[in-house]
Amino acid sequence: MFNQRTDLPLHKDPSNRFLPWLIAFMIYLATLATAGVMALDGLLSHWQAGVTHTLTVQISPNASEKKTEQVLSASLNLLNRTHGIAHAKAVPHSEIMTLLEPWLGVSDTVESLPLPILIDVELLDGVQINMERLLKDLKKIEPSASIDDHSVWLERVIRLTQSIQILAAAILGFIGFATIGTLIFTTRVGLAVHHSVIEVLHLIGAKDSYIARQFANHALGLGLKGGMIGIALAGPTLLGLGYLSSRLEGMLLPDVTLTWIQWGGLAMLPVLTAFFASITARLTVLGTLKRMT
Amino acid sequence: MESTRKDDVVKFENVGLRYGLGPEVLRDVSFNLRAGSFHFLTGPSGAGKSSLLKLMYLAHRPSRGLISLFGRDIATAKRNSLPAVRRKIGVVFQGFHLLEHLTAFDNVALPLRVAGTRESDIKRHVEELLSWVGLKSHMDARPPTLSGGQQQRVAIARAIITQPDILLADEPTGNVDDAMGFRLLRLFEELNRLGTTVIVATHSRALIDRLGYPTMSLENGELTKLPSNEGGLSNV
Repeated sequence: MFNQRTDLPLHKDPSNRFLPWLIAFMIYLATLATAGVMALDGLLSHWQAGVTHTLTVQISPNASEKKTEQVLSASLNLLNRTHGIAHAKAVPHSEIMTLLEPWLGVSDTVESLPLPILIDVELLDGVQINMERLLKDLKKIEPSASIDDHSVWLERVIRLTQSIQILAAAILGFIGFATIGTLIFTTRVGLAVHHSVIEVLHLIGAKDSYIARQFANHALGLGLKGGMIGIALAGPTLLGLGYLSSRLEGMLLPDVTLTWIQWGGLAMLPVLTAFFASITARLTVLGTLKRMT
Repeated sequence: MESTRKDDVVKFENVGLRYGLGPEVLRDVSFNLRAGSFHFLTGPSGAGKSSLLKLMYLAHRPSRGLISLFGRDIATAKRNSLPAVRRKIGVVFQGFHLLEHLTAFDNVALPLRVAGTRESDIKRHVEELLSWVGLKSHMDARPPTLSGGQQQRVAIARAIITQPDILLADEPTGNVDDAMGFRLLRLFEELNRLGTTVIVATHSRALIDRLGYPTMSLENGELTKLPSNEGGLSNV
């Protein structure tokens, strides 16, 4: 591929030195952006799967502990009898305290705070629940009851994630335009530099496509070379970021590592770039030669 | 006006050529060349010999008039139809126009590669021809390392490797000694015998007299002596 015989001395062009590195840099950025989009997509699916099958019922604490126990028992009874609910259980007080610990710390004062009763509800797959009716029934037991189906939170997360994905796609677009623009420029410079050779080739009967093929093959080689350098640099960066995210996993983020299919997709980036580099060079040569008399 | 015949491979009708906004370097040039003819093109320096050849090998389009090659109107032909016509024409350029980064072998092989010939055939033909022009031991040499005469022989080999229908040579023997010049022209004669139409632009009176082929003369951009299509000479 790289040693393919050409009639044009393209291998001596100054662009041979900087173009692979420029492509490598672009591929590096493109790989990170694409991996970011893929990871966000995975993260979003994970969150969606996690919250679409759960509800949280919240009941304000009652002055009397006995009354609170009765409300909790009646509520659990209602929830576990409701069609579409797989399981409902009260979140233990100790667990609530653990959740509050990062913000309020540990002290007797915190222990004595009137905390709401939380009930985790797991839903059955594919069964629609009438939320309005359920809330109405819960309010009959305790007027302060409320249901959080996480839709508001999820909607915000989806909006944020989609905005980041659009931004990443825009960055990918800019990278693509910048790469194509550079390739067009270097190809035109190549045509100007090798004008006399191209003239001779024309005079002995070479078609424009014959000349364009030589530029296209050369660009394919440079694209592959630059792409491989770029992916070789991006791989360790992604693995490093994956390692860092896995250390945060227990605290904030679920698993954001890429699947083998996604790694495979990223590995195709240099091939795709080389292909587009080749097409760009070919079309540039054909377009430029067509304008010549 | 020359009458058109079926076997005319080159036909010029009132052709004029000017570069940019400059004066006409060729004026009202009209002639026909029969297939298989051999002509010398003579005239003083600056008379327009090279410009006339350039029109014939399609390096330029005429400013006016009609040019027909192989019965095809070239002046108005579409750009993408020209390569096929050019492949039928072998050219020995005055400045050789060899590609300096390629070896002598690859320079000679170029027209065959452009035409899509198989590499095995290319090797056989190119080696044979380079041997014939005395450059067998210089096949891997690049033009800058060759003498002027050797470069000229590479240029001639490149022009005739495809056995073209028309061979145009601009001062093809200017850089070689008389013996080699005569040998190269014998090669042109051999091609001519196989049916190639040959036009050789030269200043060498000795060469013209020795070979005795008809001449076309140019002076100040005008043909003062038309080609003879019967083998003899015809004066204007």
